[in-house]
Formats: sequence, structure tokens, C-alpha cells
Amino acid sequence: MRLYFFRICLLIAAVLLTGCAAPKSYDYAALKQSKPRSILVLPPLNNSPDIRATYSFMATVTTPLAESGYYVFPVALVDQTFKENGLPNAGEMHQAPIGKIAEIFGADAALYITVDQYGAQYQLLDSSVTVSANARLIDTRSGQLLWEGKASASSAENDMNNSGSVLGMLISGLIKQIANSIGDKGYPIARITSARLLTAKPGGLLHGPRSPRYEKD
Amino acid sequence: METVMTKPAYFVALCASFFVLTGCADQQQSLYQWGSYENQVYALYADNGRVPPEAQITQLEADYQKARAANKSVPPGYHAHLGFLYFQVGKPDQALQSLQTEKALFPESTVYMDRLIARIKP
Repeated sequence: MRLYFFRICLLIAAVLLTGCAAPKSYDYAALKQSKPRSILVLPPLNNSPDIRATYSFMATVTTPLAESGYYVFPVALVDQTFKENGLPNAGEMHQAPIGKIAEIFGADAALYITVDQYGAQYQLLDSSVTVSANARLIDTRSGQLLWEGKASASSAENDMNNSGSVLGMLISGLIKQIANSIGDKGYPIARITSARLLTAKPGGLLHGPRSPRYEKD
Repeated sequence: METVMTKPAYFVALCASFFVLTGCADQQQSLYQWGSYENQVYALYADNGRVPPEAQITQLEADYQKARAANKSVPPGYHAHLGFLYFQVGKPDQALQSLQTEKALFPESTVYMDRLIARIKP
């Protein structure tokens, strides 16, 4: 009895250790030297076919960054300011000189996000919603890269389909395709991707000055 | 081998799994009370103006009162966003006040808030 318990404990420890052990060491020298307090997130570039990706993803970035201890500029207002300055879309905003961003917003760092995948992927038996993105944090004074990362999330992760028959799988796949195409199923998945991408953690972004864990990473 | 079950080994395994479980879960207290801020930002674009700014203001002000009652802070950008909505509905005084609040709570926003304030001020 005890032996079983021991083995289970060992197994849990092994699985979890490999699951969340600190990933490859990341070189934080530039980020630690720059010590950004504030992050300006530009409206994300969209490489997916779904035009909603830019603003859907933009609406998810403030939570993980602010909870990690950074000041995050009001994303919608920032988008508006760019537009008023003659930059109508994310592509042009990403081309804006970094010095201008420092001057207009007074941001210590700017975060350039690209959404690579957003939305449903239609397959014969099932369709899942995937959102993947990558991000680059740039020092607005030096133009130096401070940190970069990427993340992905999919509805298939917690969507285990237990239907026994192939027909059952086909039907539920169809229903899901229809359901997915009505609403923006990408938005809740984008929230998960965003949290994975931008929450401070070992191997990811470091905590910012407003976090009690600042400089303790 | 199977019968070797020393107490220390058992204890270590138990500790390791416990430590790792709690370490991973990592229930850090959240710094801010978010209310509907990010969903409002989303609705601003996704619903193509179907949610009028007035309704968004009402919701954000209500969330703000709830956060105050709970003695919690609203997140960065919250008051600035509110100011943006007030400006859109033609209430420059409230807009100014909201931007000032953002600046006072988050001095990191000073350069940007001053720029916006200068534009609104007559």
C-alpha cells in the first residue's frame, strides 16, 4: 500500500518536474540592464487570414503584462493615437521609428507582437481553434532587443472527444465547425496564448517594478 | 529492490511531489481588479460600435466603484481608457479628470497623459 503511494508520489514528482522545470536559460542581460517600467504594446501584426486577430489579441495583452508588474499603456487609446498620426494599420505602426514612440508616449519599452495563427483549422474529423503568436520587446531609447518569446494555445487541448463511433465524431466535428464559424472562437483562446506568452516566468519575461517579485526572478 | 522502502526515501518523494505541486500552482495574488476592462476593449473593435460608448462608460464606472469598495486598484490604462470614452461622447471635463487620475496613479504614463491633456484643454 505504502509502496504504491511512494511510486505515485515519485511519478507525480517526475511528471511535474519535467513539466515545469526551468526551461533553457535565457540571456536576460539586456533586459536586466534596461529595467523597463512601462511597456507600449503596438496593435499586433496579423499573419492569419482572420482579420479579427489584431484587435482580439490586442485586448488580451494588458492582463499578463500588468500582473507581471509593468505599466501597460491603454491599448485602444494608443491605437487611436497612431491612427491620428497617419498610421492606419498595424503594419505601418510597426514601421514607425522607435525614437518617435519614446517621444510621443514616453514608453521605456515597446512590444511588437505578430499573430501567426488565429482561428479554426478545418480537418476531416474535427476542427480546433488555435492561436499562436510571437513577441519582441524593444528598448525605446537604444532600439535594443530586450526579450523575445512565442506561445500557442488550442481548443483541442481540453477538448477531448470521447465519442466512440466514427460517425459520432463526424457529426460532432460538423457541429463544432458551425459553432466555431459563428462567434469569434479565437478570442478566448487568444487569452490563453497571451497569458502563456506574456506572464513573467522562468524562461519568459521577468517581473516588472510593480510586482512584489521584481528583481527576484 | 521492491521491498526497499526506507523512510527517508518515502519522505523525500512525498516532499518533492508536494513542493512541486504547490510550486507549480503558484497562486499569486492578483495586483489589480480588472472588471470588464479588457472585454470592453475587445467589444470596441469586435462589435463594431454595437456597444455604444455611453454603455461602456456606465459599465467601467460601475466596475471602478466595485473595485474601490473592495479596496482594490484598477489596472493600468483603465482610467485613461475611460477618459478616451468620455472624450468620444463629448464630455471633455470628465475626460480630463480621468486622464489626470491615470497620471496620478501611474506616473509612468506622464508623458503620454500630458500630451493628451494638452490636446483636450481649451
